Amino acid sequence: MKDKLKVVHYINQFFGQIGGEEKANIPPSYKDEPVGAGMAFNNALGDSAEIVRTIICGDTYFNENLEEAKAEIKKYLIEVKPDLVIAGPAFNAGRYGMACGAVAEVANGELGIPVISGIYPENPGYDMYHQYAYFVETTNSAAGMREALPAMVKLIKMYIEKDGDLGRPEEAGYLPRGIRNNIFVEERGSLRAVKMLVAKINGDDFVTEYPMPVFDRVDPVPPLKDLANAKIALVTSGGIVPTGNPDHIESSSASKYGKYSISGVKDLTALDYETAHGGYDPVYANNDPDCVLPIDVLRDMESEGKIGKLYDYYYSTVGNGTSVANAKSYAQEIAAELVSDGVQAVILTST
Amino acid sequence: MKLELGKIKINDLQFADETKVDSGVLYVNKDELISILKKDDRITSIELEIVHPGDSVRIIPVKDVIEPRVKVEGPGGVFPGFMASEEMVGSGRTHALQGAAIVTTGKIVGFQEGIIDMSGPGAEYTPFSSLHNLVMTCDVDQELKQHEHEEVLRMAGLKAAKYLGEAGRNIEPDIVDSYEHKPYHEALAEFPDLPKVGYVYMLQSQGLLHDTYVYGVDAKQILPTLISPTEVMDGAVISGNCVSACDKNATYVHQNHPVIEDLYRYHGKEYNFIGMIVTNENVTLADKERSSNYTAKLAEMLGLDAVIVSEEGFGNPDADLIMNCTKLEKKGIQTVLITDEYAGRDGASQSLADADPLGDAVVTAGNANQTIVLPAMDKVIGQQNVADVIAGGFDGSLNKDGSIKVEIQAITGSTNELGFHKLTARGY
Repeated sequence: MKDKLKVVHYINQFFGQIGGEEKANIPPSYKDEPVGAGMAFNNALGDSAEIVRTIICGDTYFNENLEEAKAEIKKYLIEVKPDLVIAGPAFNAGRYGMACGAVAEVANGELGIPVISGIYPENPGYDMYHQYAYFVETTNSAAGMREALPAMVKLIKMYIEKDGDLGRPEEAGYLPRGIRNNIFVEERGSLRAVKMLVAKINGDDFVTEYPMPVFDRVDPVPPLKDLANAKIALVTSGGIVPTGNPDHIESSSASKYGKYSISGVKDLTALDYETAHGGYDPVYANNDPDCVLPIDVLRDMESEGKIGKLYDYYYSTVGNGTSVANAKSYAQEIAAELVSDGVQAVILTST
Repeated sequence: MKLELGKIKINDLQFADETKVDSGVLYVNKDELISILKKDDRITSIELEIVHPGDSVRIIPVKDVIEPRVKVEGPGGVFPGFMASEEMVGSGRTHALQGAAIVTTGKIVGFQEGIIDMSGPGAEYTPFSSLHNLVMTCDVDQELKQHEHEEVLRMAGLKAAKYLGEAGRNIEPDIVDSYEHKPYHEALAEFPDLPKVGYVYMLQSQGLLHDTYVYGVDAKQILPTLISPTEVMDGAVISGNCVSACDKNATYVHQNHPVIEDLYRYHGKEYNFIGMIVTNENVTLADKERSSNYTAKLAEMLGLDAVIVSEEGFGNPDADLIMNCTKLEKKGIQTVLITDEYAGRDGASQSLADADPLGDAVVTAGNANQTIVLPAMDKVIGQQNVADVIAGGFDGSLNKDGSIKVEIQAITGSTNELGFHKLTARGY
């Protein structure tokens, strides 16, 4: 027989039996025993798993002191080293759902501990943190506890039986985590396409293998009114780096970006710069890196007074094969630095 | 146009004094082939090696894979526009040495070349590990620019495939598959009650080492046009790509086009397969708009009810895929798309660089960002040290023990978007 799994349970102040809204400001604390619904979990889990610690935090405190709460909870988790974390269920309580999600991010994203939770699909905590937990779908209010609890217990038991390999969401009974996993199937892709085409023509049911995402569309900001006094930065996904690619930015699927000083640089030469990008013939870019990152033209415009100043650094990554999520996170970091350095506009160059 | 494709099954490949096929064994006169290839004075060194399925061998960096073929009846020859005249192919009879292939390797040309492991976990991901491969390691004059380097290797690969194919000229094939593409008025009249379907074949044409050739013409210079499926099956389209190995169409896959084969399977039963449109994936917005407009127009002119659209490559061409899809759907022509995904190593990112709700029927060939550890092989043909820089590799990909951790993007044919392989991805 397998050893009992060590479980930590996260709940808010209300389910932690501390109090209602008036206690929503309490910081994280813990008890090394099941609390409230935790006792029902423990009974139902029997010999398979046991809640050894319950972490309780006020919903308002958690959301208003996110980093502090996460750091404290991480500490509590490291002390116990649980095999599994149960969070909630949060139903449609927005702040509680966000807290359960953030706990999942710490436990699963940072510590690699699996998390099972319960949530109403429209809770923003699901949208934001779905990749970190196996969320069982619940009703929108705590009145659904009678259904949520056995559903979560069932999933936990399945998780234990299958050594963590739960399989697809619709088979196992959790909400999709938005994670794409590769599998080999019996029929080759072309035949699947032909069969899908026949089904689509005939109006029969078929399941697309990739549901198209709703795409972010960004409205352009208004144009600059005073270019002659603006500080302009260059950011490129064309892979222009100092010769030798000091940060080892990948030729495809870049896991990082570089920030390089161009203070005093008037022209990019083949001697000092090159491209790390693997998606195009690099001959021309290596001969004259300005054709991807036009420092020469911007220096001219600077000296002619057409632009105020070229920012002292440029940022570079490789767009080739780089996931949208990575690109988005680089952009967020780069934008924050540019804003704090007083840059008013950015020229983004691709390839 | 009626094409008989005679398949001569090759069960073994060996070097010998004479190049011939005998009892399913392909014998190769190594010296003769090398002397033919060396006529190109841009080639400085060339080596030939034989590998078999199950061998502990890694080939890296792989440029192309080509099936040896010979035209035995009817107009034209193999690889028209390169190894044969501009005569139209797609009718008569062609013999293929099925089970054998030429694999070209040598110093890296671009970054986007691949890995074929003949055994171990990597072998499952590449359809070419199941073939008896004649591996050509070819180095060229250092003065050559990358695009010239690519051309030398491309031509050498085609020459070798033609040379080997000749060995099948007088051999009785094990199987003869027959494919017919009738003139449109006959094709349209043949099954009047069945829905009319077609195929939109997108070719990688971003340029700068991202090229595909149709009868020797660089596809970025074409307007979308009609081509008979039998012409494609007869070698009218070949690869000149240094695009990520996982989802570039090796010449072998163009020759053994799985979408065309599978559309013929249910032709006359579930639908009437009318024909196909070949189009490109150029880089400028104007080119993308023109080509997708033209493609949708051709489909409308043919009176098609539904089409399969396949992409080649990723990122930039995702825009072409979505333009083709939306413009066809808005004309009332239903689409099924074949693509692959770049969902990040954790699989959590959105997978395509463009998307539209009209693309509601998608077949995916898998997430190319997924990583894999390829254990060390007893033998490496080519240069293993490029593992850190090929597309899909990263700093530290190559370990001291000879194992390699890479994204499957680096494995030749792993996420082929003609649906040649059985890998796919699902939401979890």
